Order: sequence, then structure tokens, then C-alpha cells
Amino acid sequence: MRHLRNKASASLGAILFWLISSIVTLLPIYWMFVVSARSRVQLFGSPSFLITSFFTENYTSTVSDPAFQRYMVNSIVIATANAVLVTTLALFATYALSRYKLPGKENLFFWTITNRMAPPAVFLLPLFLLYTQVFVVADVRLFDTKIGLILLYCVFNLPFAIWTLRGMIDAIPKELDEAAFVDGANTWQVLTKVILPLAKPGLAVTGILTWVFAWNEYLFAATLTSVHARTITTGLAEFVTVTGTNWGRMAATAMLTLVPALLVLGLAQRHIVAGLTFGAVKE
Amino acid sequence: MRSSSVGWLFLAPTLLILFVFGVLPFLYVLVIGFTQWNSFAADPEMRFTGADNFRRLVFDDQFLYSLWLTLKFAFFAVVSEIVLGYFLAQAFMRDFPGKGFFRTIHTLPLVIAPIAVGATWRLLTVPGLGPLPYYLNRWFGYEFNISRYIDQAFFTTVVMDVWHWTPLVTLTLLAALSSLPKEPFEQAQIDGANRFQIFWHITLPLLKPAILATVFIRMMDALRTVDEVWMLTGGGPGAATRYIGLHIWRVVFPKTDYGYGSAMSLITLYLTIVLCWMLYAGLVARRDLKRAD
Repeated sequence: MRHLRNKASASLGAILFWLISSIVTLLPIYWMFVVSARSRVQLFGSPSFLITSFFTENYTSTVSDPAFQRYMVNSIVIATANAVLVTTLALFATYALSRYKLPGKENLFFWTITNRMAPPAVFLLPLFLLYTQVFVVADVRLFDTKIGLILLYCVFNLPFAIWTLRGMIDAIPKELDEAAFVDGANTWQVLTKVILPLAKPGLAVTGILTWVFAWNEYLFAATLTSVHARTITTGLAEFVTVTGTNWGRMAATAMLTLVPALLVLGLAQRHIVAGLTFGAVKE
Repeated sequence: MRSSSVGWLFLAPTLLILFVFGVLPFLYVLVIGFTQWNSFAADPEMRFTGADNFRRLVFDDQFLYSLWLTLKFAFFAVVSEIVLGYFLAQAFMRDFPGKGFFRTIHTLPLVIAPIAVGATWRLLTVPGLGPLPYYLNRWFGYEFNISRYIDQAFFTTVVMDVWHWTPLVTLTLLAALSSLPKEPFEQAQIDGANRFQIFWHITLPLLKPAILATVFIRMMDALRTVDEVWMLTGGGPGAATRYIGLHIWRVVFPKTDYGYGSAMSLITLYLTIVLCWMLYAGLVARRDLKRAD
């Protein structure tokens, strides 16, 4: 009897602990949602956490703003193109690293990750100068172009993709390739008909996480674009510096920035850990 | 056997992109670091000045202060995250109703864009709007204003980082905890070890590689934090939260001091590599010891 009561109070304590911990985790996001649902007037006075009415104008005026629409489209195009490019190139690279005898390939494999370790601030200046002054053909510069950001994001996303895919490609038995070669398939057919279908789940997760990384990036997007290729994260930062105190719209923009990330969380929850730690810790 | 030239062909696009957008900028910054080049200066031309920039850096109070701040920030943030993350991971080791649901909630901050994290915390802490200053003042009479008090600003950035990244530590340590062998724990219980002894002599040594790996990953990221802090405090008040990334940005863009900024970038890169290498060496040494046993 006493044992039972102890057990019940223990699980009650556990639930209470998790409720409090969850509230701490969710509160900042919930508060942002509250702000996004209020007009300027409602934001004055004592901050209340209850939502009594929903001020939709924060959202409607954001979504109908041509600048926001352009930023959104840019972000979608850049993140998607980057994810597709990175996943494809990483599949090629890991296939080569896994199946071919290449001198120094393990060093090369380790070298790729060093590209991701460097603090991005270090590369701000050289990239800015390269994009504005060096990579110039006639009148065309990489500065303020979507392709410029898409290629740049490869520098930190490719190593991540190669490191997460390597294990998966290595795990596909070499006998399958050999059998296909014996049957007269060429390298391209082996890659697309044997490796690709088996690596699909891994490729999907890599692609999704790459997409999120590209979507979330701010520092390079802010310094290497000015008008045409601005992304949603730079738009969010502009709310602080340009419009100053329109908190409701800033919160609404931030909420809209979160949507894809939340969708991804639902899709790939279990794989996020492995992804974020380069698979250093296996689940 | 398949020829290795085909293999190189598959690697070529990756290597080309990494070279043009990763190695080339590094070589470029390496050259500029040894020059005097400021497009707004009286003499805007690039001029080779040897190690002058580096000599200046050693005595640059602002740069050294920023480095010190960054290390302090990384230390406080990473230590809190490891301790907090460990306890949460241990709590997740038990079975309780709604475990999956709570796990999803605790993963949420991880996927949020750093710039949006900064926005969230700004809304929480802005005086006159945020609930944090309001209720701290009303309930405890505590004046909370991160645009005025440097310690408050500093610790708010630490708390923000802890909020953002503790979930990562929790999830990695949880994965490590669930892959630990059961026998040592059972044996220790039979031998009558108490909870602290089990933690100190069994859990901690077994978990060491995972903890070090997590520290390594978190340290690397904490040292280069820019977006969140930029959004929350803009580096202020004064220079109280101007971490190294923000400092480099200031030297390079508003001041256009390209030569000096490049030297600063190089030193920062060097220090990051040394620090990470030390952590990594510690990591590998542990693993080798384990193998030797």
C-alpha cells in the first residue's frame, strides 16, 4: 500500500517537474505569439499572458508586404536549391570516398569538416571582398545574388552532409555493387539504381536538415546581399534596426520564420540529434 | 577494379566548391592580414606592412576585452548546459506518461533560427513591453534593464544560449546514457554502493567520451555566437556583450579597416583551432586509454 502511494506521488512529482520544465522552454515562444496577437495599444501596461482577442493585422500586413513576400520567396528558393545541391554532391562525394581507393581520402574526409568549424565572422570580410570585387565577370557580381548564397552555404552544409551520409553509404554491402557490375551495369546505374534507393531515408534527413540550416542562416545573408537576394532572417533583423518598435509585426514575422522549423521538428525529430552532432553520438 | 579517376570525378564538384568558397577566402584573408588597407582612410590603397597589424592586436584593449568576454560567455554557457542537460537526460531515462510529448517540447528550441531566438528574448526583456522586467520589479522590486546594466545583459545572453542549446546536450547525453552497459550498475548495487558513488565511479567515467564530445561541439558553436546576441543586445550596453564575432563585424564593416580586421580574423581562427584541438586531443586521449585497458 505504502509502496503504491510512493509510486503514485513519484510519478506525480515527475509530471510536475516536466510541466514546469516545459513551461520554461515554451514560455519565450508563447510570449512571442502573444505579442504577435496584440495591437500596439494592447501592448502597453501590465504584460498579461492571456490572449483575449486576436489582432490579425500584424499577420495580414506582414504577409501582404511585398518586401516580406520577396524575402520569403528568396529564402525558399535558396534553402531548397542549397538542400538539393548539397544532398546530390554529398551523395557523389560519399560514394567516391566509400567505394574507391583514393590516396589520402581519409585526410580529405577529415579536412571537409574543418570548413564547418571556422567561425563565420572570420570569413565575412574576404567573402564580402571576393563577392563585390574579385568574382566579377563583366558587370555580373556574386554580391546580392541568390546563387552566391546557395554556393556559399555549401561550404558548411556539404561537410555536414558528407559526415552524416558516410556511415550510411559504408553500411550498404559492397556485394550489391559488385553483383550489379557483374550484371553489366555501369557506375552511374549502380549509383542511381542500387545506392540511391537504399540511401533514400538518410538522404531525406540530410536534405531536410540542410534545408533548415540554410533557412536559419543570418550572418552571411546579411552581409553578402543588399536588395535582391535578402532572406527572411535578414528581414527579421531589419525590424529591429529600421522600423524600431513595431513589436507586433516583428513578432508576427518571427512566428512566420518559425513555421518551417516546426514542421521539420515533426518530420525528423528523432534524426535531429544525430544531425546536429555530426553523428558523433549514436542513438 | 574501378579506376580512381572516376572516384575523383565524383569528388570534383565538392572539392571545387569547398576550395573556391572555403579555402580561397582563407588565403585571401591571410594576405590582407599583412597589409594596411582601409578604403575610408587618407591612403585607401592596399599596402604591405608585415606583422604590424598583429603587433597592434596584442595591445588592443578592445580586442582583448572582446576575446575575454567571448571566453567567459562560452564558459558560463557550456558549463550550465552540461550540468542542466545531464540532469534532464537522467530524468528522461525514467519512464513516465507523456515522455515522447515532453521530449518533442524539449527539442523545440534547437530548430529555431538563432536570429528568431534573439527576437524572442528581446521581446521578453525589453523594458515597458517584456514580462521579465515587469514582474521582476513588481514581485521582487528588482530593476531589470539589459540596455543599462552590463552584468544583466551578459547573463541574459548566457541564459538565452542555455535556453537555446541545453536541449542538444540533453538529447546527446540521453543517447549516451541509454547505450551504457547495465552490468556495472547492477554489480555496484549488489556491492552496496550509494547513488553518489555510482555516479562518481561508474556513470561519469563511462560517460566521459560523450560529455567531452558534447563540450567540444558546444564550445565551437558558443565561441562563434553572433546572430542571437546581435538581435538581443546589439553588443551593448557599451561593449558588454560585444563577443568576438560582433567585434570583427564592427571593425570590418562600419570602420572598413580591412587589413586590421583580417589580422583579427586570423588570430581568432588560430585561437579557435588551438582551443578545439586541445579539447579534441583530450577526447582522443580518453578513447585511446579506454582501448588500452
